[in-house]
Amino acid sequence: MTTSVHQLDDGAWLSVNDSREVNVSDLWWLARQDFCDCEMADFLAEGFVEIGVDHPDVEGRVAGQCIACGESGVTDWVTLGRVVDPDEGEFYAVDPTSVHVPERRRRLARPAES
Amino acid sequence: MASKVEGWKDEVYGEEVRDHLFRFAEEGWSAIPDEEHDAWFERFKWWGLYHQRKGQESYFMMRVGTPNGRMTPEQLRVVGEIARDYATGPVDNPEFGDAYCDWTTRQSIQMHWIQLQDVPEIFEKLEAHGLSTIQACGDSWRNIVGSPMAGRDADEHIDAWPVIKELNETFKGNDDHSNLPRKWKVAVTGDTRGSGQAEINDLGFEPATKDGRKGFNVTVGGGLSRKEPRFARDIDVFVTPDTLPDVAGGLSALFRDNGDRDDRFNARIKFLVDEWGTEKLRRVLQEEYVDFELPSAGENLREGYTYNSGRSDETGDYVGVHDQVDGQNFVGLSVLVGRMGAEDVIELADLAEKYGSELVGLTQRQNIVVADIADEDLDEFLAEDLLEHYSPDPHPFMRGSIACTGTEYCSLSIVETKNRMVRYARWLKNNVELPEGLTDFHIHLSGCTASCAQPQIADISLRGMKTRKDGEPVEAFDIGLGGGLGENPQFADWVEMRVAADEVPGYIENLLGIYEERRDEGESFREFIARHTDDELNGLAEPEETSYEDPYLGNTKLTWYPYADDSDMDAAPTPADD
Repeated sequence: MTTSVHQLDDGAWLSVNDSREVNVSDLWWLARQDFCDCEMADFLAEGFVEIGVDHPDVEGRVAGQCIACGESGVTDWVTLGRVVDPDEGEFYAVDPTSVHVPERRRRLARPAES
Repeated sequence: MASKVEGWKDEVYGEEVRDHLFRFAEEGWSAIPDEEHDAWFERFKWWGLYHQRKGQESYFMMRVGTPNGRMTPEQLRVVGEIARDYATGPVDNPEFGDAYCDWTTRQSIQMHWIQLQDVPEIFEKLEAHGLSTIQACGDSWRNIVGSPMAGRDADEHIDAWPVIKELNETFKGNDDHSNLPRKWKVAVTGDTRGSGQAEINDLGFEPATKDGRKGFNVTVGGGLSRKEPRFARDIDVFVTPDTLPDVAGGLSALFRDNGDRDDRFNARIKFLVDEWGTEKLRRVLQEEYVDFELPSAGENLREGYTYNSGRSDETGDYVGVHDQVDGQNFVGLSVLVGRMGAEDVIELADLAEKYGSELVGLTQRQNIVVADIADEDLDEFLAEDLLEHYSPDPHPFMRGSIACTGTEYCSLSIVETKNRMVRYARWLKNNVELPEGLTDFHIHLSGCTASCAQPQIADISLRGMKTRKDGEPVEAFDIGLGGGLGENPQFADWVEMRVAADEVPGYIENLLGIYEERRDEGESFREFIARHTDDELNGLAEPEETSYEDPYLGNTKLTWYPYADDSDMDAAPTPADD
């Protein structure tokens, strides 16, 4: 089956296959990032702006701010979790408290479904 | 490409959602197909039902829209009874107990822990008493806001209530206006206080006079959400009560046809006004949506506005005893953060009826007003036990504090709100000496940038944040100063960022000390802030730990309900939604 992904409730949630999986208001460590000048951004997620799939990863661009320096804006693409087997549909979220590396994606990543 | 929500709305939306809702209610929660949850929850909003956050699956927040916040005592009792009978959650809230109503900043009513199977019964009870949840949420005409005492308030330019009723009847359940690109918030005010807060609504009608005729000037495109606050823009149009509905309908249709349906973050009409400007908006309205010549704006009454205005001479918030046009009185009662226990709601309804009141009203400051109290009954009414808690003469820190829903139920919020604001207000009342003459002081606490507690228009603006304290994440606030409406509306300047929540009361104490020491004679707090530059405001006062204790400070992990003994997500007593 296809994996359905979208942001929900004004960007409060990443929904995967109609299940609310990743929420805003967590702190994410972002390394190797262009978001701010900090070596590692201590990033407060305030809203999911865009969601995409780069199989098997589910990725998002997230609005928020670095609570260390105060820079606010939208991140590059951050991996939010994985759907390893689309037939099974099980979503495995990443742990926000570990360190994440945002990526600039080279192709348009706005398929509503893939 | 139209957004996913637009796709769901194209399939089923508006009135027809009700039949599906009742079918699911009859068959039970599990009848909603797993893969259709998000679509149905989006559609249910149109009927005032908002699925609660993760960990609270199968429970809904129910919103009842009461135009201008107006109810009869009988309707108020019905609301209290529904809260008592259907809105009791699995765990008590430590400040508010087991069942309560929230009076919102848009004069609506919110109740939590509503279950799908109870919806038909609740709707039946509401509708039997002239109440409804229709379009309380979702992409359509929301609850119309304005003076709860329209037609009774002695400080009134024009009684707007008849035309508000007409708008409500015309645009609720109206197929032509039931599916807009986004929410559509309307304010209509005929009083002289400015209590409609039209400045922060998508569409506003404010009192005005033109050529000796009383009516309204029209403003479009206000709103506070998402760090993109806008005051509504004057489109240079005057309407009378006769022409107001046509202009309101024309602007709603213009928004329906021209708003952004591809990007929900860009969909509110404030962004269309940014893009077009007011001249084009007016021209398109004139050429395509109304069939009479639009008169230019009349003379407004803004100079006299007192509602949330930061004036030192007058407070227009309805709290206290006020004259009615018929010689009776209305009495505004302070409801701290707008949350009132269900039994108290019922008791107030009984009291209102006992004293012959035919009207109670909710205000945008989350308070409640009881109308029609005769002079000879006034002392007795004011001596009622219930008014000790819901006071007509509250301490300024209790009177001026409002808060949104917060992490208790809301997915977007970053912090606990209502319970914390209660603790802030109590601590400030008990520990901070008020500067002499300070009778009104507004603290608006909002959990996130959605700004449901209208944080940008307060003396002290608090917006939910996080920070680290000793390396550990804690709840925090950005602090803004100097916001308010009145003659010259102003958004707050954000001057202290990421202040740990337990240091906010100390900051306010320190700031008020500086105000008392340095203010000019007769200078209101807002005026004092306004004469300082941004640079001067940054660091004007220091955040500080005090005797205030904050039990919610470290609540940074998602729980199913923060006040449960076992609050872990795994302990949620709800069916999983996957």
